[in-house]
Amino acid sequence: MDDGKSTLIGRLLYDSKGAYEDQVASVTKGGKMDLALLTDGLRSEREQGITIDVAYRYFSTPQRKFIIADTPGHVQYTRNMATGASTADLAIILIDARNGVLPQSRRHAYIAALLGIRHFVVAVNKMDLVGFSEPIFRAIETEFRAFVKAAHAPDPYFLPISALAGDNVVFGSGHMPWFTGPHLLEYLEQVAVVEEREQLPMRFPVQYVIRPNLDYRGYAGQVASGVVRPGDSILALPSGRSSRVKRIDTYDGGLAEAAAPASVTVLLEDEIDIGRGDMLVSARQPPLIARHLDAALVWMNLAPLQPGRTYLLKHTTQTVRATIHALHYRVNVDSLAHEQADVLALNEIGQVSLETHRPLFFDPYLVNRTTGAFILIDAATNETLAAGMISSRGAADTEERNELAFNPERVTPAERFARWGHLPAVVDVPHEEQARVLERELFERNCLAAVVLPEQATREALLVLAETGAIVLRVTAGAPEVSIGELESRGVIRGRDDPFASGGGI
Amino acid sequence: MEKVSPHLQSLEAESIHILREVAAEFANPVMLYSIGKDSSVMVRLAQKAFYPAAIPFSLLHIDTTYKFREMIEFRDNFVKGIGARLIVHTNRKAVDEGANPFRIGTQNCCGLLKTRALLDALEAGGYDAAFGGARRDEEKSRAKERVYSFRDHLGQWDPKNQRPEVWNLYNARVQKGENIRVFPLSNWTELDVWQYIEEESIPIVPLYFAKVRPMVVRNGSLLPVEREIPLLPGEHAEPVLCRMRSLGCSPCTGAIRSDADTIPKIIEEMKLVRRSERENRVIDHDQEGSMEMKKREGYF
Repeated sequence: MDDGKSTLIGRLLYDSKGAYEDQVASVTKGGKMDLALLTDGLRSEREQGITIDVAYRYFSTPQRKFIIADTPGHVQYTRNMATGASTADLAIILIDARNGVLPQSRRHAYIAALLGIRHFVVAVNKMDLVGFSEPIFRAIETEFRAFVKAAHAPDPYFLPISALAGDNVVFGSGHMPWFTGPHLLEYLEQVAVVEEREQLPMRFPVQYVIRPNLDYRGYAGQVASGVVRPGDSILALPSGRSSRVKRIDTYDGGLAEAAAPASVTVLLEDEIDIGRGDMLVSARQPPLIARHLDAALVWMNLAPLQPGRTYLLKHTTQTVRATIHALHYRVNVDSLAHEQADVLALNEIGQVSLETHRPLFFDPYLVNRTTGAFILIDAATNETLAAGMISSRGAADTEERNELAFNPERVTPAERFARWGHLPAVVDVPHEEQARVLERELFERNCLAAVVLPEQATREALLVLAETGAIVLRVTAGAPEVSIGELESRGVIRGRDDPFASGGGI
Repeated sequence: MEKVSPHLQSLEAESIHILREVAAEFANPVMLYSIGKDSSVMVRLAQKAFYPAAIPFSLLHIDTTYKFREMIEFRDNFVKGIGARLIVHTNRKAVDEGANPFRIGTQNCCGLLKTRALLDALEAGGYDAAFGGARRDEEKSRAKERVYSFRDHLGQWDPKNQRPEVWNLYNARVQKGENIRVFPLSNWTELDVWQYIEEESIPIVPLYFAKVRPMVVRNGSLLPVEREIPLLPGEHAEPVLCRMRSLGCSPCTGAIRSDADTIPKIIEEMKLVRRSERENRVIDHDQEGSMEMKKREGYF
C-alpha cells in the first residue's frame, strides 16, 4: 500500500511553502527529510507507517487555496475514503509505476466516482524507479483509462511523477521530456472547478427559524443549489404552499441574491407554517417527492446491514425513520460486477430499496450532491451506519411515473399531498366489509379513500385513482386483516398523536 | 455592505451552517471562549448565524487564573459590548492547592486547570455540545478531527472511534451524559483567520500586536514577565519589541520578536515567517505526541 501518497502530499506542502519550518525540522532525521512524516499525525500511525484516518491539510498558492483530504488506501478503510471523497471536487489517484494498475487503484476510482467527484487526476508515481520510462507510463495510462470509462467515471488527466525526487509535482521534470502536459500543481491551479451548483434548480433546506420577536420570522439555512432572490416564487415543502421571497437577510445587510453555498435567512411574503426539515424550492423546478427510494449505500459499521431493519435517515435538515426493504446487489469494487448478497458488511457498497416514514424532497445524487445524499443512523447506538446516495424514486411509489413537472394548470402531487395529508397508496384488504369500515375511518380523518372491488381493480383504474392522491382500499381475497392503527404504523397516514405529524421532526 | 473575499465567504457560510445545525439539534450547547483570535472569529460567526436574534447559547471561559491581565480586561469589555452571556469557570480547588506549571510541570498543570476544569464545567452546565475554535491546520492531531468530535461520558476522545462524517450531514445524536465538541473553524487556516479579522474589523486582544514588553530570554523563547516567574541564574528581564502569535497562559506562552503592530503587518509577517503557530506553546513540546495525549484525556 506504500505508493508514496504521504510523500506526494509532503512534497506539495513543502515545495509550495505550506509546511512550516519547525514542522519540517521535526521530521528531518539525520539530515534526510522524510516527507511522509509531515502528514502522518497520530502516534500509532507514525509507528506503523500507514495512515488510518482522514487528515486534512491546507496549502495555497497565489492562485488558489487547497484543502487536501488525505485518505487511507486499504479496503478496510473504505469508509474513511468515502468521507474524504464526499466533499472533494477533485481526486488524485496514485499508481506506483513499478506495480501498474492494482485492484486498489480501481477501487479508489470507483469510490471517487460513486461519491460524485467530477475531476480526476491519475499520477503515476516512482517514475525514477522505472528509469522514467515512457512505455511503462503509457501502458498504465491505456489500461486505467479503459477501466475508468467502464466505471462511468470522469476522464482523468494522467501524468508521470516522482514525488520523492520532485519531478512533475511542483516543478517540471528534466527527466521526462516526452511529457509536455502541465505538472501537478499547475494542473490543480487551472482546473475549472466550476460552481455547477449555481446552475441547478433552487433548493433551500430550512435549518433553523429565527424569531427574535413576533414580527420577524426568518428561515435560516444554506442554499443547497441554485440562486434565490427577493421576489422569487417558491414552493414550500411538504405543505405545498406557494409564496414569494420578501427579503434575504444577513448580518451584513439584505442581499439582492444568494447563490449556493451561501448561508442566509429568507423571509417570505406569506405567513406559512414552516420549520426545520422543510424545504423551500423553485416553484418551476421542484424536486422529486417520495417515500420509496432506490439508493446506493457505503456501509460504515461493523454490524452489517440487514434488509428489513428500520434505521434513522438524515437528509438535508430532515431526520426520518427508514426501512430498508431489499438489498438488490453488492458491488464488487474490483470487477464492478453486481453480486447477490444477503447483507452488506463494513466497507461494502450495495444498492437498496428503502421506504421512509415521511416523504423526502430530493434530486438524484449525481445531479445534486446536497439533495441526493443521506446518512443512516442506528437509533439505539447513535452510530452513523452508512452514507447513502439516492439513485431515483423507488418503483413501489407510483408505478413508473416520470419526474414531477410543474404545470400551473395541473394540480400537482405536492398540492394533493398538502390537501389530504398523505401520499397515494394501495392497501390490500381481505373483504369489502372491512374496506368500508376503513373507508369511513379514513374519511373521518379527512383522508381521501376509495374502495375498489376485485373486478374493478384494473391497472388503469388504480393509476387514475393514484393520480387523485387517494388511498385505494383494494379488496383482495386472502389478504391479511388491516386496521387503521396498522396504516398509521406503516406510515400510510399520520397517527393522531404522532410526534412527526406536527412537522417538528426529531 | 461589502462582503469578505470569496474564499472567506465559503468558509464563513460553512461555519454558519455548522453553528445553526448545532443550535437546532442539541438541547444545550455552549461556546468555549478562550479570548484568543480564533474565539473572536467564532463569536462573530455566531452573531452572523443567528442575526437578528441574540446568540442562543452562552460563552464559557475556562480561567486558569494564569491568563494575561490584558486578556481578562478584553474579555469583560468585549462580552459586555456584544451583549452575550459569559460563564467563567476555574478549578478553584487546584488553584488553592498551588497548581502552577513550575511546581507541578506543564502536563499536570494543564491537566488540572484546563482539562479537569473544562470537564467539570461541561458537566456542571449539562451541556451536550461545546463549540471550540480549533482548526485542523494548527497541529498534527487536529488534522484528523471531525467537525463533530464525539466525547464519551468521561470526556475522552478515541481517534479510532470517531463517527464517519460525510458531506455536511452531521450526526448529532448522543446518549445522556455524552457530548460532542464542534469545531466550526475546522477548515480555516491561521492566515484565513487573520484576513477575516482584518476584513471584518473584529476586535482582538492587544497582546497580538507588537509592543515593547519586559521579557526573559530562555532557550530561544521569550517568556513574558507577567508575574513572578522563577529566574534561572544569570537571567534578567529586558525590554523586547515583541508580540504573541498564540495566547495561552502567561507562564507557558512565549512571544516572538516582531514589529507588526497592525493587522496588515501581522498578515505580511504571517506570509513570510514560517514557524508554526504553536511552536511557542510550551505545552505542545512536553511529550511526544503531546496534543494527541491531551485530547485523549479530554482537553479541548
